[in-house]
Amino acid sequence: MATVRLSNISKTYPNGAKAVHPTSFDIADGELIVLVGPSGCGKSTLLRMVAGLEDITTGELSIGERIVNTLDPAERDIAMVFQNYALYPHMTVGKNMAYGLKNRGIDKATIAAKVDTAAQMLNLTEYLDRRPSQLSGGQRQRVAMGRAIVRDPALFLFDEPLSNLDAKLRNQMRIEIRALQRRLNTTAMYVTHDQVEAMTMADRIVVLNGGQVEQIGTPSEIYRAPASTFVASFMGAPPMNLIPAHYNGNGTVAVGSLSLPIARPADHKGEVVLGIRPEDATIGGTTPFKLDLIEELGANRLLHGTIDGNAFTVNAPNDDQPLATDLTLSLPNDTLHLFHGESGVRL
Amino acid sequence: MTDTTLSMPVQVAPRGRRIRLSVIGDHFVLILGALFMMAPIYMTLTTASHENLTIHREGLQFLFGGELLNNFDAAMFGQGGFSGEITGMSMLKNSLILGMGFALGKIVLSMMAAYAIVYFRLRFATFAFWVIFTTLLLPLEVRIVPSYEVITGLGLANTYTGLIVPLLASATGTFFFRQYFLSIPEELVEAARIDGAGPVKFFIDILVPLSRTMIAAIFIVMFVYGWNQYLWPTLITTDEGLYTLVRGIKQIRQSLAESNQIPAYGQAMALSIIAILPPVLIVVFLQNWFIKGLVESDK
Ligand SMILES: Nc1ncnc2c1ncn2[C@@H]1O[C@H](COP(=O)(O)OP(=O)(O)OP(=O)(O)O)[C@@H](O)[C@H]1O
Ligand SMILES: [Mg+2]
Repeated sequence: MATVRLSNISKTYPNGAKAVHPTSFDIADGELIVLVGPSGCGKSTLLRMVAGLEDITTGELSIGERIVNTLDPAERDIAMVFQNYALYPHMTVGKNMAYGLKNRGIDKATIAAKVDTAAQMLNLTEYLDRRPSQLSGGQRQRVAMGRAIVRDPALFLFDEPLSNLDAKLRNQMRIEIRALQRRLNTTAMYVTHDQVEAMTMADRIVVLNGGQVEQIGTPSEIYRAPASTFVASFMGAPPMNLIPAHYNGNGTVAVGSLSLPIARPADHKGEVVLGIRPEDATIGGTTPFKLDLIEELGANRLLHGTIDGNAFTVNAPNDDQPLATDLTLSLPNDTLHLFHGESGVRL
Repeated sequence: MTDTTLSMPVQVAPRGRRIRLSVIGDHFVLILGALFMMAPIYMTLTTASHENLTIHREGLQFLFGGELLNNFDAAMFGQGGFSGEITGMSMLKNSLILGMGFALGKIVLSMMAAYAIVYFRLRFATFAFWVIFTTLLLPLEVRIVPSYEVITGLGLANTYTGLIVPLLASATGTFFFRQYFLSIPEELVEAARIDGAGPVKFFIDILVPLSRTMIAAIFIVMFVYGWNQYLWPTLITTDEGLYTLVRGIKQIRQSLAESNQIPAYGQAMALSIIAILPPVLIVVFLQNWFIKGLVESDK
């Protein structure tokens, strides 16, 4: 249990690649922070710097009260779960979990007790004598979790731990990891590129793009008030509709020939991007919508079409009614998001 | 139709199993090849069961005679050589020392070299690797004269050290271990770092056990290679007490022949059989490991 503080942490690889620009944030005691972003945005790099597997180019990192910049991974009081599990193939499950403790010189009885407790927690007791190759993917992932738990670390680090599992197992493990982390009340940093994982697991989310933090906030902050068009389109499934528009400061935005009132004036006049979540638009209203394609999702259906020539998706409850191709939508003005036309920053 | 014919043999098996012509052909070729390879060994064995005089007069024998045990006994326990010091047993011991020493030395050296090259950020690591690699172009036979000079200069002629060490210097093992280490996932190394395994612990706790099939495979190849060495032992061991089997066989025949007696053909043949056995046994018993080392990736 510890707070973690990143101050102006940045990373430049020896080949000159700037993977992470100076980044600062704190992780509160017991909090689970999810780093999310597209491939290559520097999530792993940031996590690995915290783990001590990658040197920190500039900035200061503290875990608990200690500044750990120059400490070895083993001395940082962390545990990491890898995407490919990274279990020792030649050791049994029990030995895999015990190895780190053994290296710390902890006596055998204590190790055995800790391994047993962890195994029980993870339903692994009957597998303790098996090799990793004799386990399923989900079980292996549990062993990796167990290896992290027995160390009783100040900080858990997860690098896409679920991306090798199938969708169903992923949902289940997601819940298990979250419950376990809550129960142990251990601070955690979790990397994923899956925004559903991010939304469901995080206390707070850090959205990264090209090595830069786009937004830090709780899942609902990120969902309700995305800080940029990048965040708006990255978080949420299906993503937010983004339509180029014009704002002349008089309380309405113009999309082509349409004019939509907005709830709150913005202090930028000119080109803007108008954002509307697919689930905020409802059928029946004043905005003409041309329907091209219906995607059935069961309880809901996605209506893909255009508003004044701009691609637009509506997520509507599935009432099994046939729909005409020319519909009207209502876009409640308090659900409209405005972003700067060039920088993409929220207005 | 096709379905029934295909499933028939499975259902009616085992009595109705049909042997296809191509299988017969394959086996014919294999059996012929095996016979061809085995025939010399068989003839060595049959010849070893006759008296020297018979062999001297009639050449190689195709049928077993009654002297097999006598010849083996004489070969293994009879005193031979100028000094009368060498027995088959002493040569067997020397051969084992050479084979084992060579194989183990090679594995230890090359594993550590590969470890350094792959896992440590050495300057010029790649360069060092290629320098080691080029020694493949310089087998002992090429550098035998300078090697001899150096070893005798160091006073290591007629020692096990002088016998084994010069043979160790080559890159094959390093190359195989390097390739193997490169295939071990980076995350495993990182997990071990987080688990607090330092360089020595990582090597002993993780790398060596992971490489065990590789080690076994290389052990087999190297043991057989060391066992079969002829030129270098001939050159560097003049002391009969250090003779290996492979060179001793010839020596026995020669020394006896020079003393105006009938060469001890029977004993020489018996020794040949003894010399063949250990490599064969090792390959037979370790072949599972050997194949695993070549094909399996247990990662
Ligand atoms: N060892 C390295 N040397 C040089 N550049 C690197 C190195 N590792 C990563 N990079 C670069 O740094 C950037 C960030 O990489 P990183 O692995 O952190 O991405 P990521 O967000 O984890 O992506 P993914 O979701 O695909 O895992 C990438 O542009 C990558 O090319
Ligand atoms: Mg990554």
